[in-house]
Amino acid sequence: MKTMLAIISNALCRITGRSAGEQTVSELLIGLSEYVNLTSPPAAAAVPPPARRLPPEPPPPAGGAVQLVSSRTDQTDRPGGRVVASRSLSDFTPQVTFDIKKCDVHRLEAGPPVRAELTREQGLQYYRTMQTVRRMELKADQLYKQKIIRGFCHLYDGQEACAAGIEAAINPSDHLITAYRAHGYTFTRGVSVREILAELTGRRGGVAKGKGGSMHMYAPHFYGGNGIVGAQVPLGAGIALACQYQGNNQICVTLYGDGAANQGQLFESFNMAALWKLPCVFICENNKYGMGTSVERASASADYYKRGDFIPGLRVDGMDVLCVREAAKFAADHCRAGKGPIIMELQTYRYHGHSMSDPGVSYRTREEIQEVRSKSDPISLLKERLLSNNMASVEELKEMDIQIRKEVEEAAQFATSDPEPPLEELCNHIFSNDPPLEVRGTNPWSKLKSIS
Amino acid sequence: MAASLRCFLRSGKRAVLVAVRRGIHSSSPAAVQVTVRDALNQAMDEELERDERVFLLGEEVAQYDGAYKVSRGLWKKYGDKRIIDTPISEMGFTGIAVGAAMAGLRPICEFMTFNFSMQAIDQVINSAAKTYYMSAGLQAVPIVFRGPNGSSAGVAAQHSQCFAAWYAHCPGLKVVSPWNSEDARGLLKAAIRDDNPVVFLENELMYGVPFEVSDESLSKDFTIPIGKAKVERQGSHITLVSHSRFVGHCLDAAAVLAKEGVDCEVINLRTIRPLDVECIEGSVMKTNHLVTVEGGWPQFGVGAEICARIMEGPAFNFLDAPVTRVTGVDIPMPYAKILEENSIPQVKDIIFSVKKTLNV
Repeated sequence: MKTMLAIISNALCRITGRSAGEQTVSELLIGLSEYVNLTSPPAAAAVPPPARRLPPEPPPPAGGAVQLVSSRTDQTDRPGGRVVASRSLSDFTPQVTFDIKKCDVHRLEAGPPVRAELTREQGLQYYRTMQTVRRMELKADQLYKQKIIRGFCHLYDGQEACAAGIEAAINPSDHLITAYRAHGYTFTRGVSVREILAELTGRRGGVAKGKGGSMHMYAPHFYGGNGIVGAQVPLGAGIALACQYQGNNQICVTLYGDGAANQGQLFESFNMAALWKLPCVFICENNKYGMGTSVERASASADYYKRGDFIPGLRVDGMDVLCVREAAKFAADHCRAGKGPIIMELQTYRYHGHSMSDPGVSYRTREEIQEVRSKSDPISLLKERLLSNNMASVEELKEMDIQIRKEVEEAAQFATSDPEPPLEELCNHIFSNDPPLEVRGTNPWSKLKSIS
Repeated sequence: MAASLRCFLRSGKRAVLVAVRRGIHSSSPAAVQVTVRDALNQAMDEELERDERVFLLGEEVAQYDGAYKVSRGLWKKYGDKRIIDTPISEMGFTGIAVGAAMAGLRPICEFMTFNFSMQAIDQVINSAAKTYYMSAGLQAVPIVFRGPNGSSAGVAAQHSQCFAAWYAHCPGLKVVSPWNSEDARGLLKAAIRDDNPVVFLENELMYGVPFEVSDESLSKDFTIPIGKAKVERQGSHITLVSHSRFVGHCLDAAAVLAKEGVDCEVINLRTIRPLDVECIEGSVMKTNHLVTVEGGWPQFGVGAEICARIMEGPAFNFLDAPVTRVTGVDIPMPYAKILEENSIPQVKDIIFSVKKTLNV
């Protein structure tokens, strides 16, 4: 009998990929039943496939079963080889409605809803997005310290809920423009981690072929990445003008920081956007410091959501991805209804200094940073929600973390090994759609070629 | 016949002075006179009609018909959507225009004068000119920035600066400076159809000047290639190179000098960036002498660039004398008429410089 059981359990182990002796036969049999389910066609992905580059999708749940993966990483690439234990979908809560913080409003009768629905798929997707951005930024930090990334590098860790929440609320066909702390949005707007890191390391595989760097990455309906503080705001209003002009029901999300909020061109943009009712969502990511200057030292009024005066505004908890999502949805609907622009202030925090050359502790205390990390981290907040409401399991999230780390590591490998752009590329892309022209090099005998 | 024709046309919406002249030779084509202002107006009208992504924005361009009436009649014809009056917010509306270009439209952004473009120059350079390069070709910016440039009459220092050198310094921009009506028409149409940021430098004193234009230039698809200069007058003794209003001064100087036996070749640059060096070099290799004429200040200007380029190329060995630059005086523009007149090149300054260069 024992031999029989051993033979059966060995066979089941081979099928399900578990090592022998770790599970009882009954568990293996249940695992086998899951394996059978796995080979059936997977359920449709929660998000419809968009017509653009997307961040890598989480693996779709198969049949009705939940895939829980082994901690053995060598098994991750075998389809069907990942079931380790059986927990069917009915074990997880498919959807929960959360109470979220109420937004302060300016010139609005009502604000966004105070309850937000979250499905399991959405939760996992937001988690994946935020964790990917987090790991990508930390990898960039590492690469910068190794001097593989040079120049400017403004990291986004701590603010992930803003990018993830906004992307969850808008359509891929909507438009988005931001300032220089742009890596998070570059990812959520569809550029792969690989192409982002390779752009940071200045390689030919970068999204801008190595010619733009940290602050100048572009994608369809994503206009960077802008280095001049505040300049992106009129640009965003102009993109919104184009949406209105073309009558395509699209909106433009235009981001800026608490530092840029004092730029004159913002107020010029607010005026014209309101005058012409441009479908523009102006979003101030208030992370409390403009470089080394706190908001109290920079702004006579730090109520950034009110600074649009005649433009309605919302002040939103930017560390809660659901708050951000609900507010962004509310704002997008406002614009699409033809009511004109709206301002959102996202109260958020950056863990790193202004850029890699700023340790970030001369103008704020380590205690403050630590406090935000422990009490308000956006990823932790979401994780806590998912786990305490049984929407995901610890193992599942851990496995996702491992997957993401692996992905970021591979991207970093690519970014460090890909060659730099060829010198022939030096003068290309001066003009669009133009015949080739000659460009003067550093000396009169150096005549370089430029093609569009 | 001509008088009644003129009356008929004057009653029309656009007061274009049209004189239909029959030449002495019956085979010569009928010529038409068009002012620079009307040439610009017609060019914009045709391009607005041709491509619905084209639109015009700027201060007073719509209901006021344009501060200098260049956009007269366009708002009435095309309406609020396509001819947009902006508040006095150069940095803001220039950024808006650039953003609209990034998102698929083809804006014409008017500066009431280019002096005001300084408030918006960051958007022109950092947001428009550099973007195609920074994005390695992912993001084009098809936009035209136009308006009067350089000195006018009695408007003093803050309203009289020439920006040709400033904008022509920057890679990623095309900088165009028309002289006559045909230039204005063909170059503006080419600029609007170009997928790149083009700075289009007009001249307020030229707006009202009529020029004869050829029939072919009146065709709706007439464009002049950006980057190509035009030899306005053939000559063999000396080359005069100029742009904008001062091309006319050069031609006037050439007429006077011709009587004294000096034969000048006059080149109208038409485009400042990219500079048509080949045209200048070819001419210098023929005449062996070069004088540049511009309204802007001498230091680091258009003439300075031409000098440097001639030195670096094959034409240097053909020079019998150093290149002479005729420029505006190196001062802020004064107000009093006598001072203002003596702050910019006059025909006599060109004649004097030609004779000095030729040592006659």
